[in-house]
Order: sequence, then structure tokens, then C-alpha cells
Amino acid sequence: MAKVLEVKDLCTSFFTKFGEVKAVNHVSFDLEEGDVLAIVGESGSGKSVTSMSVMGLVAKGGKIVNGEINFCGQNLVGLPEKEMEKLRGKEMSMIFQDPMTCLNPVFTIGNQMEEVLKFHHKEMDKQQRHDKMIEMLEKVGMSNPEERLKQYPHELSGGMRQRIMIALSLLCSPKLLIADEPTTALDVTIQAQIMDLMRELSQEINTSIILITHDLGVVASIAKRVIVMYCGQIVENAAIKELYYNPKHPYTWGLLKALPRLDMKENELQPIPGSTPDLLLEMKGCPFFDRCEHAMECCREAQPPYYEVEPNHLVKCWRYHPDFKEEP
Amino acid sequence: MTKYILKRIVMSIFVIFLIATATFWLCRAIPGGPFDKEKPLNATTIANLNKKFHLDKPVSEQYVDYMVGVAKFDFGPSYYHINESVNDYIDRCFPVSMTLGVWAMIVATLLGIPAGIVSALKQNGWQDNILKVLTTLFVSLPNFVIASGLMYFLGIKLRLLPVSMWGTWKEMVMPVLALAAYPLSYFTKMMKSSMLEVLNSDYIRTAKAKGASNFIVIYKHALKNALLPIITVMGPMFASIITGSFVVEKLFVIPGLGQEFTKSIFNRDYTMIMGLTIFYSILLIASILIVDVLYAVVDPRIKLGKEGK
Repeated sequence: MAKVLEVKDLCTSFFTKFGEVKAVNHVSFDLEEGDVLAIVGESGSGKSVTSMSVMGLVAKGGKIVNGEINFCGQNLVGLPEKEMEKLRGKEMSMIFQDPMTCLNPVFTIGNQMEEVLKFHHKEMDKQQRHDKMIEMLEKVGMSNPEERLKQYPHELSGGMRQRIMIALSLLCSPKLLIADEPTTALDVTIQAQIMDLMRELSQEINTSIILITHDLGVVASIAKRVIVMYCGQIVENAAIKELYYNPKHPYTWGLLKALPRLDMKENELQPIPGSTPDLLLEMKGCPFFDRCEHAMECCREAQPPYYEVEPNHLVKCWRYHPDFKEEP
Repeated sequence: MTKYILKRIVMSIFVIFLIATATFWLCRAIPGGPFDKEKPLNATTIANLNKKFHLDKPVSEQYVDYMVGVAKFDFGPSYYHINESVNDYIDRCFPVSMTLGVWAMIVATLLGIPAGIVSALKQNGWQDNILKVLTTLFVSLPNFVIASGLMYFLGIKLRLLPVSMWGTWKEMVMPVLALAAYPLSYFTKMMKSSMLEVLNSDYIRTAKAKGASNFIVIYKHALKNALLPIITVMGPMFASIITGSFVVEKLFVIPGLGQEFTKSIFNRDYTMIMGLTIFYSILLIASILIVDVLYAVVDPRIKLGKEGK
């Protein structure tokens, strides 16, 4: 299968008055056509910055300092803004976390959807654009699509707005859809519907998805591969089943233990102790060192490399060094 | 919408009634009367004058008479200017004040909004730094200082513009600038902060993710949202420019209403004080109402007439 996206050694830093914050630190991953890749991690682990780097929308003060982002064979790093504008919304699009604030309150849904087609399909006339929008709204399961086009965002519920966002982002059948915590702000019942919708539509138009979330439960239902991020680094990269049945990194263990399950008794949820280290400080060893139950002396001293413990299962932890032996 | 506007008008009438009542009694509470002069008039003259203007009647009766007049938009005769009514004065002087105020407002809006946008887009750049200094300066300087400064440099040193009178465009430039300085700086500051806030919002990120160019992001998506707070202050600002123009009018010898207003207070010209106060309140209330209606046109989230439900 063809690779849609190939991120190589990506580093994105924010330059603040206190110093450089390495929000994304040597991140590499691939995404194949039609696949769903999940990026999991705590707040501040760099998952959103990674996706914003791909979109070329890193917030003010941030900059891609190293690496390549190959999108359909084209390196996006250093691409002029005009070229990026042509890709955004057409070849790659994005759904955000909070549907309540993601649509412009002073324009109608129709106006905001039509804009995408005006930008990227200049050959379409008014009627064609209208038909396309109606078709898309029907696909995302909106009733009365004609009516919706005339409505303003505040007249719709959160779930409906997220459907609109999905319709909007898939209007041009993009090759890549980045969904940044698309269900976090929604009710649990709506969450499942939105996830199903995203999966169905992406299969229909053969869109690859990067799903960013901190909810491993959401991941299980949709993703094929999972990347676990911590402090701007990928600590584990595995196929979904591998990750759930054979997790290797102590941080992943922690995440899975912190996930509620139906067969769990009360008080069995285990939070990971401590909090993420300050990214302003230069790290010599493993960033998870302070919070890791299994930390060793070497973890403090040097960053572990990636070990391929199984085919296509990468872990960044000293425990998988060939010389490592479990202490008795 | 129509129902809402009607409701607001009825409420406004009530407010104006209260204002009229308050000014009537407050005027009477100020020591001194309209005919007290440095050189006292003789008792018969005062009695005759009082009789002419019905000031010899009991105060409660005067109040009723006055309120009936106000209801008919008749503010009565001036006690100071012989043979002229307050209405004549408003008819003659208000167009001048209005022209001055409208031009000042146009200048403030047309320059303030773009300046605010530039300031926001070039935040901490040299454009922003210059604007920051200028706006802070002109927000804090009282307009008589600005007016005197303009007169000195443009009028006397450079001899570009006449320093007083009213009529031709050349005579209008300096008073309009002096009056516009404050709202202009205020709009610039406000537009900047509002623009910065809007540019950080999620829907701007969405617009960028859709592939919108910088131009469309700023002038379509951000501008309409950023203008909302400006529109809110525009009404009261306009009213305060018109009512607050008396210093500028005085300095440039402009025959406007503001000048007359201040004079009437020293003269204890009861009907003039009351008439102008009521006139100004109507102006203020009307401009706020217009802004509220305008607000609903710009922001679809605001539905007039459904409030309080």
C-alpha cells in the first residue's frame, strides 16, 4: 500500500522568553492509505503540535526546526504558505476538539461549507456547490440539510456541529484527515456515533485518519496502529492488538491501568504518579524516568534508543536492550 | 423586531419623563434665578419678568405646564435670549454640532478600525509600537490641549488652516480632528485587543485548516467578529461626542449647541438647561437603540425581542 504520510525525525520547538520548548522531539511515523493511526498521550505530550506541524499551522512562536513531512511524496517542511493553502482543506483537513467554538458564529453553516468548495473547486458553479453540500450533510446524517445550510452554528447542538465539521472536512475528499480529540467535548452516547461516522466515511472515500486522543478506549474501536507519545517523543509504536495485548513501555502500562473497564472492581484504577517534566529543562535521560516504577540507573543517564521488540513494534525503553535482565 | 423597538420606545419615553422631572426640580434647587444680575434689577421689573414667564405661579403648577409642553416637544421660551424659544435654538445650533460630531465619528471609525487591525497584525512591531504611543497619548490628552496644539501648529506656525469660525471645509478640519482624537484612539485600542482575541479563537484555526488565505481569514472571518465590541461602544461614544463637544466649540468659536448648553447653566436659563438636557437624553437613548438594532443585524446570535425569556 502507498504511504500517504511519512514523518521523519520531526522536531517542532516553541521559542519562549524562558527558552526553547521542544514540543515535538525527533518524531517519526508512517501512515498508509486508508489506515487509521492513533496518537495517544497526556496533555502536553506533543500530539496536537505534531498534527499542527503536518497541517503547517503551528501556533505563533513555534517552528519546525528539523525533519521532513512527506505528504504524498511532497515534503511539506519549508513549503511556501500559498502551496500549503492549496493542500489544506483539499488534500488534508482537520477536525478539532471543541465543536462549540470551531465554527464561526457570525456566518451560516452554508456559507462556511461553501467556502471550502470556493477555495478548492473553482470550476464548480453555485448549484453544484449547493448539491455537493447537501449530499455531504446527508452523508453525515443531518436531517433537513436544506434548512441546516441557512442556520447559524449556535442553533445546533454540539453533536450536530461536530457532524457539520466532519462534513466540512470531507467535502473535498481529502487524502488525510486529522481528528484532534474529536469526541472529547461530546456526550458518551454521541462519541460512539461520531467515531462510527468518521470510520465509515473515511473508508468510503479512502481517507487516512490520524486520530489524536488521550482516551485509549476510543482508540480501540477505530485505529489500526497506535503511537504513544510522552514529552514530545514517541515511546511506543505498535499495531492496535499488539499494544493492548502485549504493551511494552512502562508508560503504556500505566495508561492501560488508568483505563476503566467493565470487569473492574472499585478503586482498581491506577493513576500514573507524578506529572510530566518541564520541557524547558534539558533532559539527559529518559523523560519518563521520574515516574517510572521500573527505572534503572542507566535511565537517568542516557536516552534509550528504539528497539524493535516484534516486527513493526517499536519501544523506546532500556528494558529491551539485549543485555537487560529482570532483577529477581 | 418591530415589537421590540416599540417596547424600547415606550420605555425611553418613561426614562425621558424621569429625566425631565429630575432636571426641572434640580434647576429650581440651584440658588439664584434667571434674572439675578450683578447689578440687581428693580423689584417691579423682576415681578413683570416672572409674570411673563409664569414664574410667579406655584412650582407644582409650573412643573405641570412644563411637562405638558415637553410632551408636545415645546421646550418653552428662553429666559435669557429675548424673543427666542429653546426650540429655535436647537433648530439653529444642533445641525452645526451634528455635522461636527458626525464628521468626527466618521474620521474616528474609518481610521481607528484599520489602525487597530494593523496594530493587532503587527503586534509588537514598529507599527504597533508607534500606534501604542499615539493612542495612549490621545486617549489621555483632553481635547482642549489637542485643539490648542492644532491651532498653534497648523493655524499659526504653518498657516495652513483658519483657527476659528465654521462653514468651509478648511474651518472644519481642526475641530473635527480635535474632537475625533479621543474616539479614534479608543477605537484603535479596542479594535486591536478585540482582533487579537478573535485571531486566537478556534474558528480562525478552522478557517485556516480549510485552506483560507490570510486575507480571507482576517477580513472575512476575524473582522466581523472583532467589530462587535466596537459597535457596542459606538452609540454612547457618538452621543458623548455630540454632547461633549462644547469645549471644542468654544475654542474654535463654532455656533453649536454645546456652547449654548454651558452658557445656559451660568445664566440659570431654566428652560434652556432643561430643554437641552432632555434633547441630549433623547439623542443618547436613540443612538443606543440604533446600536442595539445594528448589533442584532451583525451578530446572528442576538435575537431582539426574545430577551428575558
